[in-house]
Formats: sequence, structure tokens, C-alpha cells
Amino acid sequence: METYLYIALFAPLVGSLFAALFANRPKNIVTGIATSTLLFVAWISSVVLLMHVMHGEEVHVKLMDWIHAGGLYIPFGFVVDQVTATMMFVVTTVSTVVHIYSMGYMDHDRSFNRFFAWLSAFVFSMMVLVMSDNFAGLFIGWEGVGLCSWALIGFWYERESASWAANEAFIMNRIADLGMLIGIFLVYWNFGSLQYDEVFAQVADKDHTLLIMVTAFLFIGAMGKSAQFPLHTWLADAMEGPTPVSALIHAATMVTAGVYLVIRANPLYSAVPEVSYFVACLGAFVALFAASMALVNRDLKRIIAYSTLSQLGYMFVAAGLGAYWIALFHLMTHAFFKALLFLGAGNVMHAMDDELDIFKMGGLAKKMKWTMILMTLASLALAGIYPFAGFFSKDKILEAAFATDHYVLWTILWITAGLTAFYSFRLVMLVFFGEERYKIFGFHPHEAYKFMLWAMAPLAVLAVIAGFFEHSFMHMVSYVLPIEEYHVASGTFWTLVVVTLGIAASGIAVAVFKYSKGGFSKKWEETFIYKLLFNQYYIPKIYDEYICKPYAELSRIFWKDMDLKVVDATVDFIATTIYKSGMASRVVQSGNLSNMLRWMGVGLLILLLAAIFYSPVR
Amino acid sequence: MFEAIAFYLFSAITIAMFAITVLSKNALYSMSALAAGMVMISGFFFLLDADFLGVVQIIVYTGAVMALYAFGMMFFDTTRDVKEEIRAPKLVFLLSGLSALLLVIALVAPIVSDHITALYPMTEGVENPQAVGIVLFTKYLVPFEVAAVMLLVAMIAGIVLAGKKMDESLTLKVEEEFQEKGAK
Amino acid sequence: MITLSHYLILSAILFCIGLIGVYRRKNLLLLLFSTEILLNAVNIGFAAVSKFYGDLTGQMFAFFIIAIAASEVAVGLGLMIVWYKRRGTLDLDSMQSMHG
Repeated sequence: METYLYIALFAPLVGSLFAALFANRPKNIVTGIATSTLLFVAWISSVVLLMHVMHGEEVHVKLMDWIHAGGLYIPFGFVVDQVTATMMFVVTTVSTVVHIYSMGYMDHDRSFNRFFAWLSAFVFSMMVLVMSDNFAGLFIGWEGVGLCSWALIGFWYERESASWAANEAFIMNRIADLGMLIGIFLVYWNFGSLQYDEVFAQVADKDHTLLIMVTAFLFIGAMGKSAQFPLHTWLADAMEGPTPVSALIHAATMVTAGVYLVIRANPLYSAVPEVSYFVACLGAFVALFAASMALVNRDLKRIIAYSTLSQLGYMFVAAGLGAYWIALFHLMTHAFFKALLFLGAGNVMHAMDDELDIFKMGGLAKKMKWTMILMTLASLALAGIYPFAGFFSKDKILEAAFATDHYVLWTILWITAGLTAFYSFRLVMLVFFGEERYKIFGFHPHEAYKFMLWAMAPLAVLAVIAGFFEHSFMHMVSYVLPIEEYHVASGTFWTLVVVTLGIAASGIAVAVFKYSKGGFSKKWEETFIYKLLFNQYYIPKIYDEYICKPYAELSRIFWKDMDLKVVDATVDFIATTIYKSGMASRVVQSGNLSNMLRWMGVGLLILLLAAIFYSPVR
Repeated sequence: MFEAIAFYLFSAITIAMFAITVLSKNALYSMSALAAGMVMISGFFFLLDADFLGVVQIIVYTGAVMALYAFGMMFFDTTRDVKEEIRAPKLVFLLSGLSALLLVIALVAPIVSDHITALYPMTEGVENPQAVGIVLFTKYLVPFEVAAVMLLVAMIAGIVLAGKKMDESLTLKVEEEFQEKGAK
Repeated sequence: MITLSHYLILSAILFCIGLIGVYRRKNLLLLLFSTEILLNAVNIGFAAVSKFYGDLTGQMFAFFIIAIAASEVAVGLGLMIVWYKRRGTLDLDSMQSMHG
């Protein structure tokens, strides 16, 4: 089993290094095929490992001693338990699909090889993140995915907006990573180890305040990676990257790393209900908040990005309520249908020459039948309609919220479910049905390559059927995650299902009804709420106004007043002093032997003085 | 008693002679005074029971070195007074005086005397030259030979430098000089 | 009674006379004379220490110093003659080729 573990871990790295060799060369399809093949190999290994751990086994290897200094001992170890195996399965599945899809999507890009190098490097980092058996390894992977995310968002670095978005994502993540790092330090200082099992074994006898601090700081890291409020703005801007990147990194894998962290550290979070409750509340807030922004946005990819944000909120609610396995389950199903949705959006973008405004589309269903079908499937899954995957996981979250008497959270999530259904189908309706507006703008849409559609097929299948594995999944992860049985009366349960389905269905119905008739009237766009939502609650503006600008001003002050007048002046002073003393002492070098002899005499005098006053024998 | 008289007498003469050497304007006077001072110093060596050293001092210094200087001076115009532009004479005396003061302080103060033990004690009943010979040819044999080689090298260097072709410089030869020579 | 200190102080005084010469004289020949004085002053010190501590090492050093002084004179005088032939003077102020 160790062999499979190593294959799953290092195959992406090998692919990345191979592709990196050709990074500056013109497009070479071999890099795409090689990395995809290696990813496929990694996927097979992941599946084998998943089968292996299905019945309670665990694979634990220690690659080498990594850091062994003083009291600090961190082995470079990897563990594959049920949670990791699930994550590995999700990561390798989505990334294999995305790799194959990218060969078509990036077909005409001149940095084709570089793209695959970074994409595979990302998968490797993500594997390190999920497979590590300690916090240090997790952090390495965490930073690795951050780096790859930066490189891939800014993949088209010649566009200013892309490099700006990349930097924004990177900087926001750094802010959060500082919190995470503090959390890890706290863990090390107080638990004396970074190994998960050793840390979790000591949770019971630690101070409660300490646990609150540890979990809070770790959650700050998770907030950054998973783009939770108030560090959420980067995710929407990250859509500047190529669409396969958005599908892989900003929908399916990297942004779920925060959820993974909370799930992985569940013994810590279980011990502090306060923080967990905060996590749940923030999750619910973000779910509603992001969904509301998605309602009005006109940008194809941003709508999906906000929906990702919203779904991450769902996951955090589940994790915060202690239903870790549901969070993981939703993470998995969400990865499938959201990646599918993004890849479909990629097809649409390709067809529309990278146009993103959904109001310039419409009626594409005729030209892009298969893309339409795939995206509708994904949207149905996202909306949570039976029997698609989203239904099972989302319903479980709502059930958990209701069963633990968090009715407010339940209400928020319930409303969000309706909004989700609405904006998903708003997107579908505006893009694929109705008036063929693209003709006005002179686009000539065409269906994507066949193999791209085939590559999306596995995701479509999973998006449809993944929900039916609910019980076997629960059984599997029950080896590592606490499973709480929610006791809801059978009648209440069915009522909940019907109510949830009802609001989702009505959301879809409203969207279909409204947008088949040309959408809402223009008057809507004048209202305050529309403007508020369209401008993302003015949060980017507030950040710019109250954080960026004062910071820039502060930096300017430090530059002009501190650096130039104090630091530079000091350095200059030292330099001029030395320079001047050099000029002054130049007379010594007169070349006149007699003068030199006298200077020598002075030196002798000084040495004599020193000998008298600092004599060692005295 | 005799030792004290001798010491003070020799000291006075030596200091006077060396002062003349340093201060005199005439190079010939200087050299003569220096030779006299050297003889006086050999007197100190005899007082200090270093007979061999005293003899060597007379032979080498007063004999060889001074003769060498005397011959060397024949090349220079020594009858004239030496013209020297002495800048800041006070500084010279200040520096030297301070050095002297410090040296005296350092030497009078009982700094080192407690820490000295004899490495090669004088053998009782053996004359000084004999004792010197024993040490010189046992412990200091290698330095002695090296000193001999050094003297040989110095002799050759002296001959080469001051040898026949005294109208040419060996050390400061400029390229044109060679070319001129070649043209001739 | 003449003690070691007497000799050492004498040695120091002679050394400083030599120093005065070194600092003061501009004539190369007289400069060499001054160095001879310095060396001799040190020799007295060595011989005195040798006597008062009953150790021959001091005399050995004085002996080697005499050897070194002899070679120094041979080479130094040679160089001086060369210099005089080239420049016609032994004044230190005429040697400024090392001007920085």
C-alpha cells in the first residue's frame, strides 16, 4: 500500500517537473498527455487506497526525518485514513478531468507547457496538504497550493487585472496564513508535537482558553484559504485565471482546504463549542451573503465563484455543528458538480471568445447542446434537486441544523437554498435559452472539442450519482470522524425534505418563468438593494478606501519620513563620515618617508600605552 | 662600587656619543661618535659578564660595520654639512620623550620579573665564551646557520648593489634606460 | 648597587635617542646610524636580562641581532649607493615616489 501512496503523491510532481522542462518552449502536446497520464495513475492509486481504507484500515508511512533540531522533531510522514482517502479521491478525480479538459481549453495558448507544469505542481501540493500526518506538512502543502494558485490566477500575467488578482489572492492568503502559523506555533508550544494523533490525544487535559485560541487562529487560516468573510474578495477576483484553474483550484480543491483543516482538527473543534458555533454562524452568514451577490452579478464565472463561496459556507455550518462527515460529504459532492459547472462555463467562454457577460449570451442551447445538458445537470445538483448529489449533502446539512435546534441557521440556509436554485437557473436560462442576443454582438459560438465533453462526463456521472453513496460514505468515515445520529421524527424529516425541495424548486421555477420572458424589468437596477448587491455590498470599495489607501499613505509616510530621513540619512551619515575621515587621513599617505616614520612613532606610543594599561601579566 | 662607577661613566659617555650622532650636522662627526658609542656598549657587555658578546660587538660593530660605513661614506660628499629641513622638531622630542617615559614606566614597574625563569641557566665554573658556544651549537644551531646564510646573502647583495656597474640601477631601472643601452 | 632596572632604563634612554634620530634626521645615512643605535640599545637590555636572570637566551638574541644588523648595513649601504648615484642626494624628502 505504501507504494500506492508514494505513486499518488509523487506522480503529479514528476509530471510537473517534466512539463516544467519545456516551460519556455512552444506548445507541445506531449506535456499535456504526460501530465494527464501521470495524474490518471495517481487517480488509480487513490482509488486503490480508498478501497483499502474503506474497511477501517489506515496507511501510515514515514518518508524521512525532516526537522530534528533540539526539542523539535517533525518527521516527514504521510497518513492515508478515510478522510484523506476521500480528499485524495476528490483531488485526483477532478484534477485528472481538468488536465484532460485543459488540453483542449488551452489549445491555442502559447504558454501551454507552463500551464501544465503549474497545474500538476498544484496537485502535488494539494496531495501533500491532505496526506501529511502533521501540521507542519499541512502548512507546507497549504503554502504550496497558495503559490500555485498565485501563479495560475496570474497565468496571463500580461493582463494587469490578472496579475492584480493574483497578488490580491496571495496577499489575503498570507494575512490568513499568519493566523494559521500562530495557531501551529501555539499547538507546538503547548502540545509539544505537531503530529495529529499526538496532539489530539492531549486535547482533553488542556486549558480551555488555550484551545479556544488554537482553534480560532487555525480557523483564521481556514477563512483565508476558503475565502470566508471578511477575506472573501479574492475568490471572485481570482476568476481572472484560466477556467480550468477556477474549476480545479477555486471550486473543487484548494478553497476546500479550510474545510478540510476544520474536519481534520475535529477533536480540537469538538472541544470548544464556542468557536465551533462561531464557525457555523459565519458559514451561514457567508452562505446567504455570497448567494445574494450571485443573484445580480452579470459575470458568468463570478456567479459561479459566489456560489462556491456560498457552498463553502454550507460546509462550515456542517463542520461547526459537529457534523464533520456531512461537511466532508458536501465537500465531495460539491467538488464534482462545481468543477463540472466551471468546465461548462469554460466551454461557453470558448464559444463566446472569452466574453463573460451573461446578458450578451442567450439561446446557446442550439449550438452547444451537450454543454447545456452538462451544465443543467450541475445546476440541478447545485440547487439540491432529488436525485442529484447536491440534494443529499445539502439536505443533510439542513437536517443537522434543524436537529441541533439551530433554527436561525436553518432558516438562513433554507433561504439560501432558494437563492441558490434561483441564481443557478438564472445563469442557465440567460446563457442557454431565450433570445439569441449574441448575434447582436457578432459572436459565432461553437461546441467544444469532443474529448473535452467526454472528459467532463465522469464528473457529470458523479454529480448525479454521488449522493447515493451517502450511507457507505458515512460508514467509511465513521472510523475517524464522530458520527452523530440526528433524531428527527419521521414526519418532521419528510416535512423538511419537502420544504427544502419546495423552496429549491420554486427558486428554479421563478428563474425559468422570469427569464424565459425576458427577465426582470430595468427598474430593478435602480433600486438600492440591486446596487448594493451588484457592488458586492461595497466591500471591495470599503477595503480600498479604509485599508488600502491608509496603508498606502502610511507606507508613503514611512518611505518619505522614516526611510529617507532616518534610515537613509543614518546610512549616508556613516558613509560620508568614513569618506571624510578617509579624505582627512589622506595626508598620512604623503609618500614622505620621514612623515611615515613619525606616524609609526605615534603608533608605537599607542601600543606602549596599551601595553601598560592592558598588560595581561599584571 | 667599581661596577657602579663604571656603569655611570659608560652611560654618560654612551648617551653623549649617541646624542652627538643623532644631532650633529656633520656626517663624519656622527660616524665617529657612533663608533665611540659602540665601543662603550661593548664595555657594558663586559660589565654584564657577556665577554663573548663584548668581543663580537667590538669586532663586528666597531670593526666591520663602522669600516663599511666609512668606506660607504667615501662615495658621498661628507665634508659638507648635511642639509636637512627638519619639520616640527618639538614633535620629534615630544614623541620620543613620551616613548621614553612610557618605556621607563613599563620597565620599572614590576610587571614581568616574577614570571621569568631561566631556560638555559649559566653553568657554574664555565667561562662565558664556552657557555655561549655550548648553547649556540646545540639549541640555537639552526638559527645560527640561518644567520650565516643570511649574512652570505647580504654580502652578495651588497656586492651586486654597489658593484662595478654603479652607473646603472638594478632596482629602479626604467624601460627607456634599457633601450638607450641597447641603442649604444 | 646597579640593578636590572638601571640597565633597562639606560636601554630605554638609548632607544629614545635612536628614536629621536629616526624621527628627526632626513639624511638616509644618518637614519641608518640611528637604527644602529636602536639595535644597540636593545642589545644592552637583552644582555642585562641575561645576566640578572642567569639565562643565556638574552645573549643569544643579542648575538643574532648583531648578525642582522651587519646584513642590514651591507644591503642598506648598497641600496644607498645606488640611490645616490641616481639622484645625487640622500635626502628623504626627495623620495616621494610613494605619494598616495
